[in-house]
Amino acid sequence: MAKATKTKRASVTVRGPHKMPVHLFVNRQDYELHVEPRRTLLDALRKDLGLTGAKKVCDEGTCGACTVIVDGKPVYSCLTLAIECEEKSIETIEALAQDGKLHALQQAFIEEDAYQCGFCTPGQIMSLKALLDENPNPTLDDVKRAVSGNLCRCGAYPKIFRAGLRAAEILRSKKGA
Amino acid sequence: MARVVKTKTEFEGNFFEQYIVIEGDELTPWAADEKLEKVGKCTPRVDGSERVTGDAKYTYDIQLAGMLYGRILRSPYPHARIKSLDTRAAEKLHGVRAVLTHKNIPQIPLRMGQHFLLEPTLRYAGDEVAFIVADDEEIAEDALELIEVDYQELPFVIDPEEASQPSSPQIHLNGNVLNGKPEEYERGDAEKALREADVTIEARFTTQVALHNSLETHGSVCAWEGDSLTVWDSTQHIYGVRAGVAQALGLPLNKVRVIKKYMGGGFGSKNGAGKYTLLAALAAKKVGRPVHMMLTRKEENLAAGNRNNTIQYLRLGAKRDGTLTAIYLRSYAGLGAYSLWGTSPGGPARQLYACPNVKTIQYSVFTNTGPMAAFRAPGYVEGTFSFEQAIDMLAQKLHMDPLELRLKNYIDTNPMSGMPYSTKGLREAYERGAKLIGWRERKSKKITQGTQRRGFGMASQIWGGSGGPPAYALCKLNNDGSATIITGTQDIGTGTKTVLAQIAAEELGFPIERVSVELGDTQDGVYSPLSAGSMTLPSVGPAVRVAAHDAKEQLLSIAAQVLEKPKDQIKLKDGLLHVQGLEKPVELKEVLAMKLQNFMIIGKGARGPNPEKYSVNTFGAQFADVTVDTETGEVLINKIVAVHESGRVINPLTIGSQIEGGVIQGLGFALTEERVLDRHTGLVLNPNLEEYKVPTALDVPEIEHEMIDRADPYANNLGAKGVGEPPIIPTAAAIANAISDAIGVHVTDGPITPDKILKALNKTQIGGNHA
Repeated sequence: MAKATKTKRASVTVRGPHKMPVHLFVNRQDYELHVEPRRTLLDALRKDLGLTGAKKVCDEGTCGACTVIVDGKPVYSCLTLAIECEEKSIETIEALAQDGKLHALQQAFIEEDAYQCGFCTPGQIMSLKALLDENPNPTLDDVKRAVSGNLCRCGAYPKIFRAGLRAAEILRSKKGA
Repeated sequence: MARVVKTKTEFEGNFFEQYIVIEGDELTPWAADEKLEKVGKCTPRVDGSERVTGDAKYTYDIQLAGMLYGRILRSPYPHARIKSLDTRAAEKLHGVRAVLTHKNIPQIPLRMGQHFLLEPTLRYAGDEVAFIVADDEEIAEDALELIEVDYQELPFVIDPEEASQPSSPQIHLNGNVLNGKPEEYERGDAEKALREADVTIEARFTTQVALHNSLETHGSVCAWEGDSLTVWDSTQHIYGVRAGVAQALGLPLNKVRVIKKYMGGGFGSKNGAGKYTLLAALAAKKVGRPVHMMLTRKEENLAAGNRNNTIQYLRLGAKRDGTLTAIYLRSYAGLGAYSLWGTSPGGPARQLYACPNVKTIQYSVFTNTGPMAAFRAPGYVEGTFSFEQAIDMLAQKLHMDPLELRLKNYIDTNPMSGMPYSTKGLREAYERGAKLIGWRERKSKKITQGTQRRGFGMASQIWGGSGGPPAYALCKLNNDGSATIITGTQDIGTGTKTVLAQIAAEELGFPIERVSVELGDTQDGVYSPLSAGSMTLPSVGPAVRVAAHDAKEQLLSIAAQVLEKPKDQIKLKDGLLHVQGLEKPVELKEVLAMKLQNFMIIGKGARGPNPEKYSVNTFGAQFADVTVDTETGEVLINKIVAVHESGRVINPLTIGSQIEGGVIQGLGFALTEERVLDRHTGLVLNPNLEEYKVPTALDVPEIEHEMIDRADPYANNLGAKGVGEPPIIPTAAAIANAISDAIGVHVTDGPITPDKILKALNKTQIGGNHA
């Protein structure tokens, strides 16, 4: 016969401060999250919002795979705490294509084959997006510098440079049209 | 009907004879001048959109309801025994759901019993001690710190040559030398030939441990449904992971499903199930929830494989006219703590040139360091670095042009087997490369005065890349006139999906947009081999072509019956049926869906055997133009030219990506990449991307590349060979030779860092003032 027993809760340890609320404005949408203060923006995007485009590679600001745009500037989201981003505008790779149409950078990456495994690609594209938003006429050196903090282990760099320049061209011709 | 045939296959420089099962009829290879519409054309990736939008889901990105996160506690010592272990505090931490140790899991043997999943003996700093699953990664990491372990430190050895001595600390019961003895190869009498040679050279080379640093770390996500296990794994071999998991956990193969849709790089290191896979599977079973277990960057660099270091003693002998008469190599390679196989740094020495007397003695030695794993042309990158420098040393001594010396010893038959090469485009690669770099005019561009010295160098490449059976494919034709190719291979970033779509579209006579390709799932797929050894395209591509052909033949038979026309009067082109006597082509839908309702054509294909009388290899040559600053020791690469022959080019766009990527990894190996180990503690000092220097955007020079595009008439029904590994093989040697040309002295230890250049300069006239 079933017997009702009172289960004793084992004494547990909790480390660190508790979760706290934060408002994030991501890809033109408002979100309210509860995260530990130590949660990075990268983990908040990936785990709390399911936006897994930004990748975790080094988790210490050495590879650029987690690059997103915060208030117009490219940042390493693994070195940014989610709670630091209160009231800030965050843009990720998921919002680049609009109305089912790829952004010029995305189109250029496909045409130039500017990737291999693709794991660094979202970060490369976001770094270049920040560049092109600010400078529509970049030189080859500008493009190289823009992605100099984005590692690509497959070595797609020459084609990434070409894609950056090609995207600038596409954007300029669209503007001119 | 299924047939059993015997075939030869080659993998990572080793040859195997095996029986394989093939099905269906072999197709005649496409002729060299065959008019092909899809194959050979620049084709952007069919999954490009997924890759640029963030939609592509990698193993790291898998998130399941109720999923827990795993973390591994690793040995802080290079050799130790666990005396005691206390996990109580970790278990009490809020959010910790399980802690696995050698005390509470079954003893699961790995690598044929060389070691166990978790055990009290730890053989390198990074070896697995315990496994924690918790509600989140942060909690799991906190819990790691709460596990108390009392270690007994043991004596350790990290240098492979030292470890080969019987007096050094023993890592396994059978001694430190793999299989108890070196692997030896000999043809002719190398020692006698050296004694009789007009000219000899002798040198000691070392190559460093290089880390793959795949951007996506190794890892698995494991979820159970009853007694069936699904594993998402960042792997180059879904069927290998399935076999490994099934064996370790005692499950039948049909209860393990392995999925890999996208992966963030592997470069040879992701060829089977890892301890992380098995631990995640065990914990998921125990807790009843899915477990996500991806290594951290540090763990990736400690425990997930590396290109082993080598020490190579090389002696060459030649006649005064440059004819090579003797090659003698003794090499030591550090396996790290665990391995069932060793690489072949002697491969290039045995195969590259005509030479009647060759001896190679290769020691593969266990050390108390992280285990090695295949890394893009394992053995051959290290072996080419030394051997092709030695050839240049010989050229210098003979006062011969390095290219002339290589041409003097050119051979059209495989010097090991005596069989002719199916194709060998190396002579053309030399010619084109020399032209593109300006080899014959280089003397006028060389700078031999001042602090900025400019020099030119070259190196050759040989590798397998034939691929082979078994590999299977299916081609499903749907009733709307679309096709799906299904095979159990994986696209590891090389563009496999795209070339398979091209091949299927070509054979079917379909537009490429109507062909989809499903890879990387053991449940949907049919067997295909691992994506390594430059074997994916030449193994799987021919099977896909056969499957598409089979489907097309079935379709034409059906069309003939429905249209009441003889089959041979119907052709497929652009996805339409062109029928003799009918003015307008017929839409497939008209035949399939409208007349026949629902049905599906399933074409089957298998990769046929490799040719019996030919040696199938890939070839190439690279040339480097460098400037060396004799005051700082810095090397500036002005240009690299890469020309390779891998049979027919299926997709010039993606093959170019492969070549550039190989060269860039090769230049990292040449100049900057090195795992640094502290000799006194046995600890890795740079297991990160900050101090382990992979090339960045700003390190990339001008790279000019070409393919000698030549359909191989014997290799397989496509005429294509592999290309993944060839382009990394000669880069470091070409750069080393260019540096030597610039500064007048060879740097024989890799990577060629500024300190080594300055040290080498001190031995020469140029660097005299640095002494």
